[in-house]
Amino acid sequence: MHEMALCESILQLVEENATTQGYSKVKKVWLEIGALSGVELEAMRFCFEAVKQDSLAAQSELHIVELPGRAWCLECGKEVTVQRLYDACPVCGSYQLQVTGGQEMRVKELEVE
Amino acid sequence: MCTVCGCGEGDTKVEDQEHHHHHHHHEEHTHDYGQGPAHAHAPGMSQSRMVQIEQDILARNNEYAAANRRWFAEHGVLTLNLVSSPGAGKTTLLTRSIDDLSSELGIAVIEGDQQTTNDAERIRATGAKAIQINTGKGCHLDGHMVGHALESLQPEEGSVLFIENVGNLVCPAAFDLGEAHKVVILSVTEGDDKPIKYPDMFHAADLMLLNKIDLLPYVEFDVDKCIEYAQRVNPGIKVIQLSATGGDGMDTWYQWIRATRQVSLVGHPASKVAE
Repeated sequence: MHEMALCESILQLVEENATTQGYSKVKKVWLEIGALSGVELEAMRFCFEAVKQDSLAAQSELHIVELPGRAWCLECGKEVTVQRLYDACPVCGSYQLQVTGGQEMRVKELEVE
Repeated sequence: MCTVCGCGEGDTKVEDQEHHHHHHHHEEHTHDYGQGPAHAHAPGMSQSRMVQIEQDILARNNEYAAANRRWFAEHGVLTLNLVSSPGAGKTTLLTRSIDDLSSELGIAVIEGDQQTTNDAERIRATGAKAIQINTGKGCHLDGHMVGHALESLQPEEGSVLFIENVGNLVCPAAFDLGEAHKVVILSVTEGDDKPIKYPDMFHAADLMLLNKIDLLPYVEFDVDKCIEYAQRVNPGIKVIQLSATGGDGMDTWYQWIRATRQVSLVGHPASKVAE
């Protein structure tokens, strides 16, 4: 979707934390991205390479941890894993699913020096 | 944009507002940090360490959105974020809604487009207050732009604020503006499988307006299938079928606005104005 905007926001978080956490160089960035967040991971990696130039993360590697899509089936009451927002419940076939996880877009941790 | 939005950095313009964004991007990083865990500078030992961040990538946008939401609550303003693909009929829907509702409700509009002030002018021609945000290359409005627009627009107490987002069924889904509801508009000239092609938007919306139903005889569009798809993505979504040019179904939309506004005004002094 708007991976460029997201990467700009990541860099902003990294730079804000540099002051409070006392670091001047970022070596690794770990993100947690949910399967239902709408983020295209390849686009994210591509944009990050462009955005990180001339920043304190210029030499950093991006690591993305994918989190599964989770939903609560209102029909059969099971907690299930889904790949997409329009998937049916894999147990009972109902579409009455309430998403409970997988929409995360988070900067989890950094390796810095 | 100076904060969240990277898509059109520096290109965003709120109508009639001077922009003084300071891009203080990467200047001040010449600190000398010798106080890391490996402060002893042992040869061959890295000073690397892990820092837990645990922050939402959109945290900054969400803060702006929360501030907008507080402002709306304090002023009893019901804010609806209208999203659709380009050409679904958002502006026509708005001008007709304003014509029909302006005798009973205060209405203000924030218009989002990449370029031109055409839409804001169309809205102002109805007599309603409107302000244009041009996002430049940006693909969506964000909480920060809307906050700035509010400073100029100053919607009145107890009014309804429509935010017409940039025509785009993808990106605006993720950006909270502080609205009470996202309302997605889908026209029958677009294809009945849009809800599963662009599931994020239909998942984020509370109401779907199925527009241009007067054209149904001329297009291949299965209304039941479309609604079923929308409910697959979002079991709680409400649907109103209407035609913003013909007028069918518009009363149902107005009822939804009135009822939603009453609910949003519960406990607020401006609710007396509504009676």
